[in-house]
Amino acid sequence: MQGLVPTATDGNMATEFHNLQELRHSASLANKVFIQRDYSEGTTCKFQTKFPSELESRIERTLFEDTVKTLNNYYAEAEKIGGQSYLEGCLACATAYLIFLCMETRYEKVLKKIAKYIQEQNEKIYAPRGLLITDPIERGMRVIEISIYEDRGSSGSSSGSSSVSGSTAR
Amino acid sequence: MSAVMITRKVRKWEKLPGKNTFCCDGRVMMARQKGVFYLTLFLIIGTCSLFFAFECPYLAVHLSPAIPVFAALLFLFVMAMLLRTSFSDPGVLPRALPEEATFIEMEIEAANGNVPAGQRPPPRIRNVQINNQIVKLKYCYTCKIFRPPRASHCSICDNCVDRFDHHCPWVGNCVGKRNYRYFYLFTLSLSLLTIYIFTFDIVHVVMRSVDNGFLNTLKETPGTVLEVLVCFFTLWSVVGLTGFHTYLISLNQTTNEDIKGSWSGKNRVQNPYSHKNIIKNCCEVLCGPTYPSVLDRRGLMQDDSLVSATGAAQSSSSSNSTLQSTHAVLCLQKTTAPLIPNEHTPDDAKPSIAASAEKSPSPKEELPPASKLPPLASPETDAETSIAKDKTH
Repeated sequence: MQGLVPTATDGNMATEFHNLQELRHSASLANKVFIQRDYSEGTTCKFQTKFPSELESRIERTLFEDTVKTLNNYYAEAEKIGGQSYLEGCLACATAYLIFLCMETRYEKVLKKIAKYIQEQNEKIYAPRGLLITDPIERGMRVIEISIYEDRGSSGSSSGSSSVSGSTAR
Repeated sequence: MSAVMITRKVRKWEKLPGKNTFCCDGRVMMARQKGVFYLTLFLIIGTCSLFFAFECPYLAVHLSPAIPVFAALLFLFVMAMLLRTSFSDPGVLPRALPEEATFIEMEIEAANGNVPAGQRPPPRIRNVQINNQIVKLKYCYTCKIFRPPRASHCSICDNCVDRFDHHCPWVGNCVGKRNYRYFYLFTLSLSLLTIYIFTFDIVHVVMRSVDNGFLNTLKETPGTVLEVLVCFFTLWSVVGLTGFHTYLISLNQTTNEDIKGSWSGKNRVQNPYSHKNIIKNCCEVLCGPTYPSVLDRRGLMQDDSLVSATGAAQSSSSSNSTLQSTHAVLCLQKTTAPLIPNEHTPDDAKPSIAASAEKSPSPKEELPPASKLPPLASPETDAETSIAKDKTH
Protein backbone atom coordinates (compact mmCIF):
# COMPACT_ATOMS: atom_id res chain seq x y z
CA MET A 1 0.00 0.00 0.00
CA GLN A 2 1.48 3.32 -1.02
CA GLY A 3 2.53 5.69 1.69
CA LEU A 4 0.70 8.94 2.21
CA VAL A 5 2.22 12.25 1.35
CA PRO A 6 2.01 14.46 4.40
CA THR A 7 0.59 17.84 3.58
CA ALA A 8 1.55 21.21 4.97
CA THR A 9 0.66 21.81 8.58
CA ASP A 10 0.30 24.69 10.90
CA GLY A 11 3.18 24.02 13.23
CA ASN A 12 1.92 26.30 15.98
CA MET A 13 -1.21 24.25 16.55
CA ALA A 14 0.72 21.00 16.59
CA THR A 15 1.66 20.97 20.22
CA GLU A 16 -1.82 22.03 21.33
CA PHE A 17 -3.42 18.96 19.84
CA HIS A 18 -0.78 16.59 21.05
CA ASN A 19 -3.02 15.29 23.81
CA LEU A 20 -5.92 14.64 21.48
CA GLN A 21 -3.64 12.78 19.12
CA GLU A 22 -2.22 10.60 21.85
CA LEU A 23 -5.76 9.73 22.80
CA ARG A 24 -6.82 8.82 19.31
CA HIS A 25 -3.70 6.84 18.70
CA SER A 26 -4.41 4.47 21.50
CA ALA A 27 -8.17 4.62 22.00
CA SER A 28 -11.27 3.09 20.51
CA LEU A 29 -14.82 4.28 20.88
CA ALA A 30 -16.54 2.42 23.69
CA ASN A 31 -19.75 4.23 24.41
CA LYS A 32 -21.67 7.45 23.94
CA VAL A 33 -23.67 9.41 26.44
CA PHE A 34 -26.34 11.91 25.39
CA ILE A 35 -27.11 14.86 27.63
CA GLN A 36 -30.74 15.80 27.00
CA ARG A 37 -32.38 19.18 26.87
CA ASP A 38 -33.88 20.75 29.96
CA TYR A 39 -37.29 22.19 29.07
CA SER A 40 -38.26 23.39 32.53
CA GLU A 41 -37.96 27.03 31.50
CA GLY A 42 -39.60 26.73 28.11
CA THR A 43 -38.23 26.17 24.68
CA THR A 44 -34.99 28.11 25.18
CA CYS A 45 -31.90 26.02 24.62
CA LYS A 46 -30.73 24.60 27.93
CA PHE A 47 -29.17 21.25 28.77
CA GLN A 48 -29.64 19.12 31.85
CA THR A 49 -26.82 19.31 34.35
CA LYS A 50 -27.61 15.89 35.76
CA PHE A 51 -24.39 13.90 35.92
CA PRO A 52 -24.71 10.68 33.88
CA SER A 53 -23.66 7.49 35.61
CA GLU A 54 -21.45 6.36 32.73
CA LEU A 55 -19.11 9.26 33.35
CA GLU A 56 -18.75 8.67 37.06
CA SER A 57 -15.42 6.95 36.77
CA ARG A 58 -14.08 9.19 34.05
CA ILE A 59 -14.49 12.79 35.11
CA GLU A 60 -15.22 14.85 38.19
CA ARG A 61 -18.79 15.96 38.61
CA THR A 62 -17.89 19.61 39.10
CA LEU A 63 -15.94 19.83 35.87
CA PHE A 64 -18.80 18.33 33.91
CA GLU A 65 -21.38 20.59 35.54
CA ASP A 66 -19.21 23.64 34.88
CA THR A 67 -19.00 22.79 31.20
CA VAL A 68 -22.75 22.31 30.84
CA LYS A 69 -23.54 25.44 32.86
CA THR A 70 -21.19 27.54 30.75
CA LEU A 71 -22.78 26.17 27.60
CA ASN A 72 -26.23 26.97 28.98
CA ASN A 73 -25.09 30.52 29.71
CA TYR A 74 -23.83 30.94 26.17
CA TYR A 75 -27.12 29.76 24.74
CA ALA A 76 -29.07 32.01 27.10
CA GLU A 77 -26.97 34.93 25.89
CA ALA A 78 -27.68 34.05 22.27
CA GLU A 79 -31.43 33.75 22.82
CA LYS A 80 -31.84 36.69 25.15
CA ILE A 81 -34.74 38.91 24.18
CA GLY A 82 -33.72 42.41 25.10
CA GLY A 83 -32.61 45.73 23.70
CA GLN A 84 -30.01 44.35 21.35
CA SER A 85 -32.25 41.71 19.82
CA TYR A 86 -35.03 44.28 19.24
CA LEU A 87 -32.58 46.61 17.56
CA GLU A 88 -31.25 43.85 15.37
CA GLY A 89 -34.77 42.70 14.51
CA CYS A 90 -36.08 46.16 13.65
CA LEU A 91 -33.02 47.10 11.63
CA ALA A 92 -33.18 43.85 9.72
CA CYS A 93 -36.91 44.27 9.07
CA ALA A 94 -36.36 47.79 7.74
CA THR A 95 -33.91 46.43 5.20
CA ALA A 96 -36.25 43.53 4.31
CA TYR A 97 -33.74 41.23 6.02
CA LEU A 98 -31.25 41.79 3.22
CA ILE A 99 -28.79 42.98 5.82
CA PHE A 100 -28.28 39.39 6.90
CA LEU A 101 -26.57 38.73 3.61
CA CYS A 102 -23.59 40.73 4.82
CA MET A 103 -23.96 40.85 8.58
CA GLU A 104 -23.62 38.01 11.02
CA THR A 105 -26.49 37.60 13.46
CA ARG A 106 -25.84 37.67 17.18
CA TYR A 107 -26.77 34.01 17.47
CA GLU A 108 -24.16 33.05 14.88
CA LYS A 109 -21.51 35.02 16.74
CA VAL A 110 -22.33 33.20 19.96
CA LEU A 111 -22.30 29.84 18.17
CA LYS A 112 -18.75 30.55 17.08
CA LYS A 113 -17.82 31.30 20.67
CA ILE A 114 -19.45 28.05 21.74
CA ALA A 115 -17.51 26.07 19.14
CA LYS A 116 -14.29 27.58 20.38
CA TYR A 117 -15.20 26.88 23.99
CA ILE A 118 -16.01 23.24 23.28
CA GLN A 119 -12.78 22.78 21.41
CA GLU A 120 -10.85 24.26 24.31
CA GLN A 121 -12.67 22.08 26.85
CA ASN A 122 -11.99 19.00 24.76
CA GLU A 123 -8.28 19.72 24.60
CA LYS A 124 -7.77 20.68 28.20
CA ILE A 125 -10.19 18.58 30.17
CA TYR A 126 -11.98 15.87 28.23
CA ALA A 127 -9.38 14.44 25.89
CA PRO A 128 -6.89 13.67 28.69
CA ARG A 129 -9.69 11.69 30.32
CA GLY A 130 -10.59 9.79 27.18
CA LEU A 131 -13.78 11.74 26.49
CA LEU A 132 -14.95 13.91 23.64
CA ILE A 133 -17.77 16.45 23.48
CA THR A 134 -19.60 17.00 20.20
CA ASP A 135 -20.99 20.47 19.57
CA PRO A 136 -24.79 20.28 20.06
CA ILE A 137 -25.39 22.14 16.80
CA GLU A 138 -24.18 19.06 14.97
CA ARG A 139 -26.93 17.05 16.63
CA GLY A 140 -29.73 19.51 15.93
CA MET A 141 -29.31 21.23 19.33
CA ARG A 142 -31.10 18.27 20.86
CA VAL A 143 -28.32 16.63 22.82
CA ILE A 144 -24.74 17.07 23.93
CA GLU A 145 -23.06 13.92 22.74
CA ILE A 146 -20.11 12.76 24.85
CA SER A 147 -18.07 9.95 23.37
CA ILE A 148 -16.24 7.67 25.77
CA TYR A 149 -13.03 6.15 24.53
CA GLU A 150 -11.38 3.10 25.94
CA ASP A 151 -7.65 2.60 25.92
CA ARG A 152 -6.94 0.10 23.16
CA GLY A 153 -4.33 -1.70 25.18
CA SER A 154 -6.76 -2.46 27.97
CA SER A 155 -9.86 -3.46 26.00
CA GLY A 156 -10.31 -6.86 24.36
CA SER A 157 -11.30 -5.46 20.99
CA SER A 158 -7.75 -4.33 20.27
CA SER A 159 -6.75 -7.81 19.14
CA GLY A 160 -9.52 -7.76 16.54
CA SER A 161 -8.39 -4.59 14.84
CA SER A 162 -4.72 -5.47 14.83
CA SER A 163 -5.36 -8.88 13.28
CA VAL A 164 -7.34 -7.23 10.47
CA SER A 165 -4.47 -4.88 9.76
CA GLY A 166 -2.05 -7.81 9.86
CA SER A 167 -3.94 -9.95 7.37
CA THR A 168 -4.49 -7.22 4.80
CA ALA A 169 -1.06 -5.74 5.14
CA ARG A 170 0.77 -4.36 2.13
CA MET B 1 -11.80 -8.72 -3.08
CA SER B 2 -14.47 -8.27 -5.68
CA ALA B 3 -15.79 -4.90 -4.55
CA VAL B 4 -14.16 -1.52 -4.87
CA MET B 5 -14.99 1.50 -2.79
CA ILE B 6 -15.41 4.71 -4.76
CA THR B 7 -15.57 7.89 -2.78
CA ARG B 8 -16.75 11.27 -3.82
CA LYS B 9 -17.44 14.47 -2.02
CA VAL B 10 -21.05 15.53 -1.80
CA ARG B 11 -22.88 18.33 -0.10
CA LYS B 12 -24.88 17.21 2.90
CA TRP B 13 -28.20 18.32 1.45
CA GLU B 14 -27.95 15.56 -1.14
CA LYS B 15 -28.12 12.98 1.60
CA LEU B 16 -30.78 14.55 3.79
CA PRO B 17 -33.82 12.39 4.38
CA GLY B 18 -37.24 13.96 4.00
CA LYS B 19 -39.26 15.15 1.05
CA ASN B 20 -37.73 18.55 0.45
CA THR B 21 -36.36 19.91 -2.78
CA PHE B 22 -33.13 21.82 -2.73
CA CYS B 23 -31.94 24.37 -5.24
CA CYS B 24 -28.82 26.46 -5.82
CA ASP B 25 -26.60 23.74 -4.38
CA GLY B 26 -28.41 23.60 -1.07
CA ARG B 27 -28.99 27.30 -0.52
CA VAL B 28 -32.72 27.04 -1.21
CA MET B 29 -34.98 24.59 0.61
CA MET B 30 -38.62 24.05 -0.31
CA ALA B 31 -41.35 21.44 -0.22
CA ARG B 32 -41.84 19.07 -3.09
CA GLN B 33 -45.08 20.49 -4.51
CA LYS B 34 -44.41 23.99 -5.72
CA GLY B 35 -47.36 24.52 -8.06
CA VAL B 36 -49.36 26.74 -5.72
CA PHE B 37 -46.24 28.76 -4.93
CA TYR B 38 -45.83 29.55 -8.62
CA LEU B 39 -49.48 30.61 -8.68
CA THR B 40 -48.83 32.98 -5.75
CA LEU B 41 -45.87 34.47 -7.58
CA PHE B 42 -47.87 34.83 -10.76
CA LEU B 43 -50.77 36.55 -9.02
CA ILE B 44 -48.59 39.01 -7.14
CA ILE B 45 -46.27 39.85 -10.00
CA GLY B 46 -49.06 39.89 -12.55
CA THR B 47 -51.34 42.19 -10.57
CA CYS B 48 -48.52 44.57 -9.71
CA SER B 49 -47.35 44.72 -13.31
CA LEU B 50 -50.85 45.62 -14.42
CA PHE B 51 -50.97 48.30 -11.72
CA PHE B 52 -47.67 49.81 -12.81
CA ALA B 53 -48.65 49.65 -16.45
CA PHE B 54 -52.18 51.02 -16.32
CA GLU B 55 -52.73 53.03 -13.15
CA CYS B 56 -49.38 54.44 -12.23
CA PRO B 57 -48.75 56.70 -15.23
CA TYR B 58 -52.12 58.40 -14.72
CA LEU B 59 -51.84 58.65 -10.93
CA ALA B 60 -48.25 59.86 -11.00
CA VAL B 61 -49.25 62.74 -13.23
CA HIS B 62 -52.62 63.61 -11.78
CA LEU B 63 -52.06 62.91 -8.11
CA SER B 64 -48.49 62.37 -6.97
CA PRO B 65 -45.37 60.56 -8.17
CA ALA B 66 -44.98 59.17 -4.67
CA ILE B 67 -47.79 56.71 -5.32
CA PRO B 68 -45.93 54.39 -7.72
CA VAL B 69 -42.74 54.77 -5.71
CA PHE B 70 -44.41 53.60 -2.53
CA ALA B 71 -46.14 50.80 -4.45
CA ALA B 72 -42.79 49.67 -5.82
CA LEU B 73 -41.21 49.62 -2.35
CA LEU B 74 -44.14 47.70 -0.94
CA PHE B 75 -44.02 45.24 -3.82
CA LEU B 76 -40.29 44.64 -3.28
CA PHE B 77 -40.85 44.09 0.43
CA VAL B 78 -43.63 41.59 -0.26
CA MET B 79 -41.44 39.67 -2.70
CA ALA B 80 -38.50 39.67 -0.29
CA MET B 81 -40.66 38.28 2.51
CA LEU B 82 -42.27 35.70 0.26
CA LEU B 83 -38.96 34.43 -1.04
CA ARG B 84 -37.45 34.43 2.41
CA THR B 85 -40.36 32.37 3.77
CA SER B 86 -40.33 29.96 0.88
CA PHE B 87 -36.62 29.42 0.53
CA SER B 88 -35.45 29.17 4.12
CA ASP B 89 -35.25 26.23 6.45
CA PRO B 90 -38.36 26.45 8.68
CA GLY B 91 -36.54 24.90 11.62
CA VAL B 92 -36.23 21.29 10.58
CA LEU B 93 -34.91 18.98 13.28
CA PRO B 94 -32.43 16.47 11.90
CA ARG B 95 -33.18 12.83 12.51
CA ALA B 96 -31.40 10.99 15.25
CA LEU B 97 -28.21 9.21 14.31
CA PRO B 98 -28.22 5.47 15.05
CA GLU B 99 -26.46 5.73 18.40
CA GLU B 100 -28.75 8.42 19.68
CA ALA B 101 -31.78 6.42 18.53
CA THR B 102 -30.48 3.33 20.33
CA PHE B 103 -29.79 5.35 23.47
CA ILE B 104 -33.34 6.67 23.48
CA GLU B 105 -34.77 3.18 22.87
CA MET B 106 -32.82 1.88 25.81
CA GLU B 107 -34.13 4.65 28.01
CA ILE B 108 -37.70 3.93 26.91
CA GLU B 109 -37.34 0.24 27.63
CA ALA B 110 -35.84 0.96 31.01
CA ALA B 111 -38.72 3.29 31.82
CA ASN B 112 -41.40 0.85 30.66
CA GLY B 113 -40.04 -2.12 32.54
CA ASN B 114 -41.23 -5.58 31.57
CA VAL B 115 -44.32 -5.61 29.42
CA PRO B 116 -46.19 -8.93 29.69
CA ALA B 117 -46.31 -10.81 26.41
CA GLY B 118 -49.41 -10.08 24.35
CA GLN B 119 -49.89 -6.62 25.80
CA ARG B 120 -49.16 -3.53 23.77
CA PRO B 121 -46.32 -1.44 25.16
CA PRO B 122 -47.41 1.91 26.58
CA PRO B 123 -47.30 4.91 24.22
CA ARG B 124 -43.97 6.63 24.06
CA ILE B 125 -44.53 9.84 25.94
CA ARG B 126 -42.24 11.87 28.09
CA ASN B 127 -43.65 14.34 30.60
CA VAL B 128 -41.79 17.56 31.19
CA GLN B 129 -42.67 20.43 33.41
CA ILE B 130 -42.55 23.80 31.72
CA ASN B 131 -43.31 26.85 33.83
CA ASN B 132 -45.19 24.65 36.28
CA GLN B 133 -47.36 23.02 33.65
CA ILE B 134 -47.03 19.41 32.56
CA VAL B 135 -46.42 19.11 28.84
CA LYS B 136 -46.30 15.77 27.05
CA LEU B 137 -43.51 15.18 24.56
CA LYS B 138 -44.38 12.65 21.91
CA TYR B 139 -41.97 10.25 20.27
CA CYS B 140 -41.58 10.54 16.52
CA TYR B 141 -41.19 7.10 14.94
CA THR B 142 -39.86 8.53 11.69
CA CYS B 143 -37.19 10.77 13.15
CA LYS B 144 -36.58 8.55 16.20
CA ILE B 145 -36.55 11.42 18.65
CA PHE B 146 -38.78 12.76 21.36
CA ARG B 147 -40.09 15.91 19.77
CA PRO B 148 -39.18 19.08 21.64
CA PRO B 149 -42.15 21.05 22.92
CA ARG B 150 -44.04 22.82 20.12
CA ALA B 151 -42.37 20.73 17.45
CA SER B 152 -44.47 18.65 15.11
CA HIS B 153 -43.87 16.28 12.24
CA CYS B 154 -44.98 17.58 8.85
CA SER B 155 -46.18 14.66 6.79
CA ILE B 156 -45.89 16.59 3.53
CA CYS B 157 -42.23 17.37 4.02
CA ASP B 158 -41.58 14.30 6.18
CA ASN B 159 -39.59 16.30 8.73
CA CYS B 160 -40.02 17.28 12.34
CA VAL B 161 -40.16 21.07 12.45
CA ASP B 162 -39.49 23.12 15.56
CA ARG B 163 -42.35 25.41 16.66
CA PHE B 164 -44.38 24.01 13.78
CA ASP B 165 -47.11 26.39 12.69
CA HIS B 166 -48.52 24.87 9.52
CA HIS B 167 -47.53 23.74 6.06
CA CYS B 168 -48.44 26.52 3.67
CA PRO B 169 -48.85 25.48 0.02
CA TRP B 170 -49.04 29.15 -1.02
CA VAL B 171 -45.43 29.65 -0.02
CA GLY B 172 -44.45 26.10 -0.86
CA ASN B 173 -42.83 25.40 2.50
CA CYS B 174 -43.55 24.66 6.13
CA VAL B 175 -43.88 27.62 8.47
CA GLY B 176 -41.91 27.04 11.64
CA LYS B 177 -39.66 28.70 14.14
CA ARG B 178 -37.17 30.13 11.69
CA ASN B 179 -39.49 31.57 9.08
CA TYR B 180 -42.65 32.44 11.01
CA ARG B 181 -41.86 36.14 11.26
CA TYR B 182 -41.16 36.33 7.54
CA PHE B 183 -44.46 34.59 6.87
CA TYR B 184 -46.29 37.03 9.12
CA LEU B 185 -44.62 40.05 7.52
CA PHE B 186 -45.46 38.59 4.12
CA THR B 187 -49.16 38.35 4.92
CA LEU B 188 -49.13 41.76 6.56
CA SER B 189 -47.36 43.51 3.70
CA LEU B 190 -49.45 41.64 1.14
CA SER B 191 -52.60 42.87 2.90
CA LEU B 192 -51.27 46.42 2.74
CA LEU B 193 -50.32 46.03 -0.90
CA THR B 194 -53.71 44.60 -1.80
CA ILE B 195 -55.54 47.38 0.02
CA TYR B 196 -53.25 49.96 -1.58
CA ILE B 197 -53.77 48.68 -5.12
CA PHE B 198 -57.51 48.27 -4.57
CA THR B 199 -57.87 51.79 -3.22
CA PHE B 200 -55.90 53.41 -6.01
CA ASP B 201 -57.70 51.37 -8.63
CA ILE B 202 -60.97 52.82 -7.38
CA VAL B 203 -59.49 56.31 -7.16
CA HIS B 204 -58.15 56.00 -10.69
CA VAL B 205 -61.44 54.74 -12.10
CA VAL B 206 -63.36 57.51 -10.35
CA MET B 207 -60.97 60.23 -11.48
CA ARG B 208 -60.93 59.03 -15.06
CA SER B 209 -64.69 58.49 -15.17
CA VAL B 210 -65.26 62.07 -14.17
CA ASP B 211 -63.38 63.10 -17.31
CA ASN B 212 -64.21 60.37 -19.79
CA GLY B 213 -67.12 58.38 -18.46
CA PHE B 214 -67.15 55.03 -16.80
CA LEU B 215 -67.29 52.69 -19.78
CA ASN B 216 -64.57 54.57 -21.68
CA THR B 217 -62.33 54.33 -18.65
CA LEU B 218 -62.74 50.58 -18.55
CA LYS B 219 -61.93 50.38 -22.25
CA GLU B 220 -58.80 52.49 -21.85
CA THR B 221 -57.47 50.55 -18.88
CA PRO B 222 -58.73 46.97 -19.13
CA GLY B 223 -56.16 45.85 -16.58
CA THR B 224 -58.07 47.66 -13.88
CA VAL B 225 -60.95 45.21 -13.99
CA LEU B 226 -58.62 42.28 -13.54
CA GLU B 227 -56.76 43.95 -10.70
CA VAL B 228 -59.93 44.84 -8.86
CA LEU B 229 -61.17 41.27 -9.14
CA VAL B 230 -57.92 39.74 -7.86
CA CYS B 231 -57.60 42.29 -5.09
CA PHE B 232 -61.17 41.86 -3.96
CA PHE B 233 -60.84 38.13 -3.46
CA THR B 234 -57.32 38.35 -2.08
CA LEU B 235 -58.32 41.00 0.41
CA TRP B 236 -60.76 38.86 2.31
CA SER B 237 -58.46 35.88 2.59
CA VAL B 238 -55.14 37.62 3.23
CA VAL B 239 -56.46 40.27 5.58
CA GLY B 240 -58.34 37.59 7.46
CA LEU B 241 -55.20 35.47 7.68
CA THR B 242 -53.16 38.43 8.93
CA GLY B 243 -55.75 39.12 11.58
CA PHE B 244 -55.75 35.48 12.65
CA HIS B 245 -51.97 35.36 12.95
CA THR B 246 -51.90 38.65 14.83
CA TYR B 247 -54.28 37.05 17.32
CA LEU B 248 -52.06 33.95 17.56
CA ILE B 249 -48.91 36.03 18.05
CA SER B 250 -50.49 38.07 20.83
CA LEU B 251 -51.22 34.81 22.64
CA ASN B 252 -47.92 33.18 21.65
CA GLN B 253 -49.66 30.19 20.07
CA THR B 254 -49.07 28.31 16.87
CA THR B 255 -51.73 27.43 14.28
CA ASN B 256 -51.06 23.80 15.06
CA GLU B 257 -51.80 24.32 18.76
CA ASP B 258 -54.87 26.38 17.97
CA ILE B 259 -56.30 23.72 15.68
CA LYS B 260 -55.63 20.94 18.15
CA GLY B 261 -57.01 23.03 20.99
CA SER B 262 -53.95 22.36 23.12
CA TRP B 263 -54.39 25.36 25.37
CA SER B 264 -58.10 26.01 25.22
CA GLY B 265 -60.72 24.90 27.66
CA LYS B 266 -60.75 24.90 31.42
CA ASN B 267 -59.59 21.37 31.98
CA ARG B 268 -56.61 21.61 29.73
CA VAL B 269 -53.23 23.03 30.47
CA GLN B 270 -52.84 26.78 30.09
CA ASN B 271 -50.30 27.92 27.52
CA PRO B 272 -46.98 27.75 29.36
CA TYR B 273 -45.13 29.71 26.70
CA SER B 274 -47.21 32.86 26.88
CA HIS B 275 -45.82 35.77 28.86
CA LYS B 276 -49.43 36.81 29.64
CA ASN B 277 -48.58 40.19 28.14
CA ILE B 278 -49.51 40.95 24.54
CA ILE B 279 -46.57 43.24 23.89
CA LYS B 280 -44.07 40.78 25.31
CA ASN B 281 -45.53 37.98 23.24
CA CYS B 282 -45.38 40.03 20.05
CA CYS B 283 -41.84 41.11 20.77
CA GLU B 284 -40.73 37.56 21.36
CA VAL B 285 -42.16 36.25 18.14
CA LEU B 286 -41.32 39.16 15.87
CA CYS B 287 -38.20 40.66 17.44
CA GLY B 288 -36.69 37.57 18.94
CA PRO B 289 -33.29 36.24 17.95
CA THR B 290 -32.83 34.83 14.47
CA TYR B 291 -32.30 31.15 15.03
CA PRO B 292 -29.64 29.41 12.98
CA SER B 293 -30.38 26.41 10.83
CA VAL B 294 -29.21 23.18 12.43
CA LEU B 295 -29.25 21.43 9.08
CA ASP B 296 -25.83 21.96 7.66
CA ARG B 297 -26.99 21.85 4.07
CA ARG B 298 -23.90 23.01 2.30
CA GLY B 299 -21.33 21.16 4.38
CA LEU B 300 -19.24 18.61 2.58
CA MET B 301 -19.21 14.94 3.36
CA GLN B 302 -17.70 11.80 1.92
CA ASP B 303 -19.98 9.46 0.09
CA ASP B 304 -18.62 5.93 -0.10
CA SER B 305 -20.20 3.56 -2.56
CA LEU B 306 -19.21 -0.02 -3.16
CA VAL B 307 -18.80 -0.81 -6.84
CA SER B 308 -17.91 -4.30 -7.97
CA ALA B 309 -14.72 -4.36 -10.03
CA THR B 310 -13.88 -6.68 -12.93
CA GLY B 311 -11.12 -9.25 -12.39
CA ALA B 312 -8.53 -7.86 -14.82
CA ALA B 313 -8.21 -4.42 -13.40
CA GLN B 314 -8.63 -5.63 -9.88
CA SER B 315 -5.20 -5.17 -8.39
CA SER B 316 -4.64 -1.64 -9.68
CA SER B 317 -8.18 -0.44 -9.03
CA SER B 318 -8.28 -1.99 -5.58
CA SER B 319 -5.09 -0.25 -4.58
CA ASN B 320 -6.48 3.00 -5.96
CA SER B 321 -9.68 2.47 -4.05
CA THR B 322 -7.76 1.63 -0.91
CA LEU B 323 -5.99 4.94 -1.25
CA GLN B 324 -9.28 6.68 -1.89
CA SER B 325 -10.98 4.96 1.01
CA THR B 326 -8.04 5.79 3.19
CA HIS B 327 -8.45 9.34 2.11
CA ALA B 328 -12.14 9.00 2.89
CA VAL B 329 -11.48 7.72 6.39
CA LEU B 330 -8.89 10.37 7.00
CA CYS B 331 -11.24 13.05 5.86
CA LEU B 332 -13.69 12.11 8.57
CA GLN B 333 -13.77 14.68 11.25
CA LYS B 334 -15.40 13.56 14.41
CA THR B 335 -13.78 16.13 16.62
CA THR B 336 -14.05 19.83 16.43
CA ALA B 337 -10.29 19.94 16.73
CA PRO B 338 -8.52 19.28 13.47
CA LEU B 339 -5.82 16.68 13.80
CA ILE B 340 -2.49 18.20 13.01
CA PRO B 341 0.62 16.09 12.99
CA ASN B 342 3.65 17.24 14.88
CA GLU B 343 7.18 16.04 15.15
CA HIS B 344 6.15 13.24 17.51
CA THR B 345 3.79 11.61 15.10
CA PRO B 346 5.23 8.76 13.11
CA ASP B 347 5.19 9.36 9.37
CA ASP B 348 2.57 6.78 8.54
CA ALA B 349 0.12 8.32 10.97
CA LYS B 350 0.06 11.81 9.52
CA PRO B 351 -3.49 12.50 8.40
CA SER B 352 -4.29 14.50 5.33
CA ILE B 353 -4.39 18.11 6.46
CA ALA B 354 -6.06 19.32 3.32
CA ALA B 355 -9.01 17.23 4.35
CA SER B 356 -9.14 18.58 7.86
CA ALA B 357 -8.97 22.14 6.61
CA GLU B 358 -12.10 21.50 4.63
CA LYS B 359 -14.45 21.97 7.58
CA SER B 360 -16.73 18.98 7.47
CA PRO B 361 -17.50 18.71 11.15
CA SER B 362 -20.05 15.90 11.28
CA PRO B 363 -19.05 12.33 10.82
CA LYS B 364 -20.49 10.56 7.86
CA GLU B 365 -23.55 8.65 8.88
CA GLU B 366 -23.29 5.60 6.69
CA LEU B 367 -20.02 4.26 8.06
CA PRO B 368 -20.31 1.80 10.93
CA PRO B 369 -19.66 3.23 14.38
CA ALA B 370 -16.22 1.82 14.85
CA SER B 371 -14.79 3.69 11.92
CA LYS B 372 -16.03 6.96 13.32
CA LEU B 373 -12.83 6.84 15.28
CA PRO B 374 -11.01 10.04 14.41
CA PRO B 375 -8.29 9.11 12.04
CA LEU B 376 -5.04 9.28 13.79
CA ALA B 377 -3.67 5.84 14.13
CA SER B 378 -1.91 4.24 11.23
CA PRO B 379 -3.95 5.10 8.18
CA GLU B 380 -3.58 1.64 6.75
CA THR B 381 -5.14 0.09 9.82
CA ASP B 382 -8.09 2.42 9.62
CA ALA B 383 -8.57 1.85 5.93
CA GLU B 384 -8.44 -1.89 6.24
CA THR B 385 -10.72 -1.84 9.22
CA SER B 386 -13.26 0.28 7.42
CA ILE B 387 -13.16 -1.82 4.26
CA ALA B 388 -13.46 -5.00 6.27
CA LYS B 389 -16.39 -3.60 8.19
CA ASP B 390 -18.05 -2.35 5.05
CA LYS B 391 -17.80 -5.78 3.50
CA THR B 392 -19.41 -7.46 6.44
CA HIS B 393 -22.52 -5.29 6.00
